[in-house]
Amino acid sequence: MKTVFVTVGTTSFDELIEHITSSEVVHALKARGYERLVLQVGRGSLLPAADSCTHITLEAFRFKDSIAEDMKQADLIISHAGAGSCLEALGAGKPLLVVVNDKLMNNHQMELARQLHLDSHLLYCTCSTLTETLSNMDLSVLQPFLPGQPKNFANFLDRALGVQ
Amino acid sequence: MFLEAVVFSVLLLCVIFITRLYVVVKTGSKHKPGAKGPVAVLVVAGSGGHTTEILRLLESLSAAYTPRHYVIADTDRMSEEKIYAFESSKGQSQSQSQSQSQSQFTICRIPRSREVHQSWSSSVVSTLKALQHSLPLVFTLRPDMVLCNGPGTCVPLCAAGLLLGILGIKRVLIVYVESICRVHSLSLTGRILYPLSDYFFVQWSSLRDRYPKSIFLGRIV
Repeated sequence: MKTVFVTVGTTSFDELIEHITSSEVVHALKARGYERLVLQVGRGSLLPAADSCTHITLEAFRFKDSIAEDMKQADLIISHAGAGSCLEALGAGKPLLVVVNDKLMNNHQMELARQLHLDSHLLYCTCSTLTETLSNMDLSVLQPFLPGQPKNFANFLDRALGVQ
Repeated sequence: MFLEAVVFSVLLLCVIFITRLYVVVKTGSKHKPGAKGPVAVLVVAGSGGHTTEILRLLESLSAAYTPRHYVIADTDRMSEEKIYAFESSKGQSQSQSQSQSQSQFTICRIPRSREVHQSWSSSVVSTLKALQHSLPLVFTLRPDMVLCNGPGTCVPLCAAGLLLGILGIKRVLIVYVESICRVHSLSLTGRILYPLSDYFFVQWSSLRDRYPKSIFLGRIV
């Protein structure tokens, strides 16, 4: 079953959860062949019940020790713009659509999403353009995201600190 | 006469303090704690993304960086779980002769200095409150380095580390890694710690161009 996994990390993003479960967006997802929707809603006030959407299989939870399994099972990940969630989704090698929360104080999160979008690693939109983006998106344009090299950091620090 | 003496002493103390601060900050690159043995690390874990990033960095560090003292915000359950998961996997991957290093970490909690939606003025008050908790913590642990990557909690902890150096008790290196989500501008914490840190890493070339003291090794998380 083609699955969409939605994650908001440790934040709350009710607007996204509200939009994603709206009939408009659910129809757009169905039209693209997605049949299952898994929501990680974090600290948000909305925790949709499994039977609240009649047209799609819905699961929702707040937090898990690890969402790696949910990411692995997903065919599309929809995420807030947090670096951790973005990097985890890209690291899992899944197509990623980032929904930017334009209500956050000094919205620096957009910097990363925009840059990764410029480098063709992800698609991005806001809640108001979500339906449109899901209907028109072309996942084949996405470029694989190569992992960062923490070893370079470790080697530099070893030299700088004189670690043998 | 008495007043003049007081004013003079205060001024003198200020001058000594600033000179010491300058000397401490300027001589950081000559300090090599790793040459003498294990490097005690104070790791400032923020929340969510910050914690994920800093654990990726720690994963690549060798067993020489021991013990690891994690500082987390007292409201942050998720970071705590991530740290336990990370430390237990680190313990397993090491050879059995080193299995005692499994327990070579501690988790310390201090009040969160700034929630995402908090205003600037109340940020100042809660940062001062955090300093009150940071000083005893850093003075007790006396780490060789503070490793941090952006949460507001970094600032009072690094200030406490610098104070150890200024007082001549212990030179604490400050290693700052700007979050990968900073592409064109530094975070508030980054801007404060840029002149004070010993090693300041950025992960996008656009930031290296703007901040010449920074170290750019490509993406490191």
